[in-house]
Amino acid sequence: MSAEPKPPSAEPVSRDTPRFSIASSPHLLDSSRSTQGMMVDVLIGLAPVLLVSLIVFRSYALLQVGLCVVSCLVFEALCAGMRGRSLPLWDGSAAVTGVILGLSLPWSAPWYIAVIGSAVAIGLAKWVFGGLGYNLFNPAMVGRAFVMLSFAREMGTSAYVRADASIDAVTTATPLAAAKMESVMPDLWPLFVGIHNGSLGETSALACLIGGVYLCIRRTASWEIPAGVILSAAVFAGLASGIGLSPLSWFHHLLSGSLLFGAFFIATDPVSSPLTPKGKWIFGAGVGFFIILIRVFSGYPEGVMFAVLLMNAAVPLINRLTRPVPLGGLPTVKEAVG
Amino acid sequence: MNRDEPTAGERFLNGILPENPVYRQLLGMCPTLAVTGAMKPAMTMVAATAFVLICANLMVSSIRHLLKPHLRILVFTLTIATFVTIADRFLAAYLYDMSKQLGPYVPLIIVNCLIISRCEICASKQGLWESFADAVGMSLGFGLALASIATVREILGSGTWFGLSVLPESWPGWGVLVLPPGAFLTMGLLIAGVEWWGARQRAVEKKSVRKAEAA
Repeated sequence: MSAEPKPPSAEPVSRDTPRFSIASSPHLLDSSRSTQGMMVDVLIGLAPVLLVSLIVFRSYALLQVGLCVVSCLVFEALCAGMRGRSLPLWDGSAAVTGVILGLSLPWSAPWYIAVIGSAVAIGLAKWVFGGLGYNLFNPAMVGRAFVMLSFAREMGTSAYVRADASIDAVTTATPLAAAKMESVMPDLWPLFVGIHNGSLGETSALACLIGGVYLCIRRTASWEIPAGVILSAAVFAGLASGIGLSPLSWFHHLLSGSLLFGAFFIATDPVSSPLTPKGKWIFGAGVGFFIILIRVFSGYPEGVMFAVLLMNAAVPLINRLTRPVPLGGLPTVKEAVG
Repeated sequence: MNRDEPTAGERFLNGILPENPVYRQLLGMCPTLAVTGAMKPAMTMVAATAFVLICANLMVSSIRHLLKPHLRILVFTLTIATFVTIADRFLAAYLYDMSKQLGPYVPLIIVNCLIISRCEICASKQGLWESFADAVGMSLGFGLALASIATVREILGSGTWFGLSVLPESWPGWGVLVLPPGAFLTMGLLIAGVEWWGARQRAVEKKSVRKAEAA
């Protein structure tokens, strides 16, 4: 999402001026790939996820996501105003943060959770670091972590369940919580299409796959990251269920919770993920490893948020270790890092 | 006495805001982060630190002519450790619950850089009166900083202040502020606020100086 340097504005060329365009590298600036274009792509990719959450959770999904988007835009305008910048609302990054934050909340979360989460996501995670392109951590996940640690009751496993609700999906516990607490094995088909309880955007593996593959084909998201997450999560989940640590099979692990949502939409945030393909593989593999580690060994049923935040912190290190050697440069990593 | 050193009044005032130990010097971070979850433990910590700081400053100042340069840090540390032990035993005897709650942070006052820096900067060079004023000013500054952080954390985090509820019953406590991450977040934002305020003050001063020059 980093703002690309604008091409130097064309200065008036007089006859005597030699017509050479002088600019520093990289010279392959593709002006058709703007921040705004990428954000619109992400929103299109999120559309199937949003659709499924509207079907499963109906008006709750609309309210939650709408509230998050509106508050993110408001806080973005406020913070930009405080920094004396012109309103950057139309680059769409705040809207994307809002949609992802909204989709990662439980349907039952009260209004102040959405507002506080948005304020923290935009203010603390993004603008404190200098705005779009400078944030070390994924804004939506910082916002979610803040409200998750603050309001454990409203965000925890019991918040998802209401036995007397008119919506079928929310009368039972989320699949991961049920597996953790009562060792109930979820059926694969509901997990795949999304007819079960969970955070708003995470229920349907199918919708995440459709949206995610679209993003990867459009190259808005780097395919290495979701591939790394899914592969390493599959390996470690297989290992965990193989030696009896987890009642779920590796396939259940992949389809349940927000693993696919996180792999395609959260971990791929271009600002807070590594730059090189090799680094992206390492990053994805680390996220997958931590997701399974947290799911199997911690008190939380799901670990995508903390996994992404942990690996975000490692991104500068990964970038340093995977710095490519320039043509004709010294071949050893040590020299290149210097 | 060295005439270049600040007077007692200056020492006192400097400690409160211009050289605030937490906001300007970033000293004593350990108690600042660890015990500011609520006002009560924060203020107990401030009282204990103030006691140690004032006593250590007075003691060091009164023996400053005997200090050998290569042994001075050792003497400072032993002096501070003596008073910290007194404060720790006192709390354990008369405020047992609070002493339990503060845990290792009272003995850790020994390594609070604020105290040893005042011994080095002020008490080992200046007389009793200046050292006393310096210690009181610094203690007030330290107390002000801890109080501001603890106020934000306790009110938003649990809706109370000094254990008294100040926000309506329906207030959802921002649990994360009472947890350790809340200390870092609150302190970072407050330091940013103080810096912003200071920058604005300097800008205003510059303007008024320019006006005075122009007039």
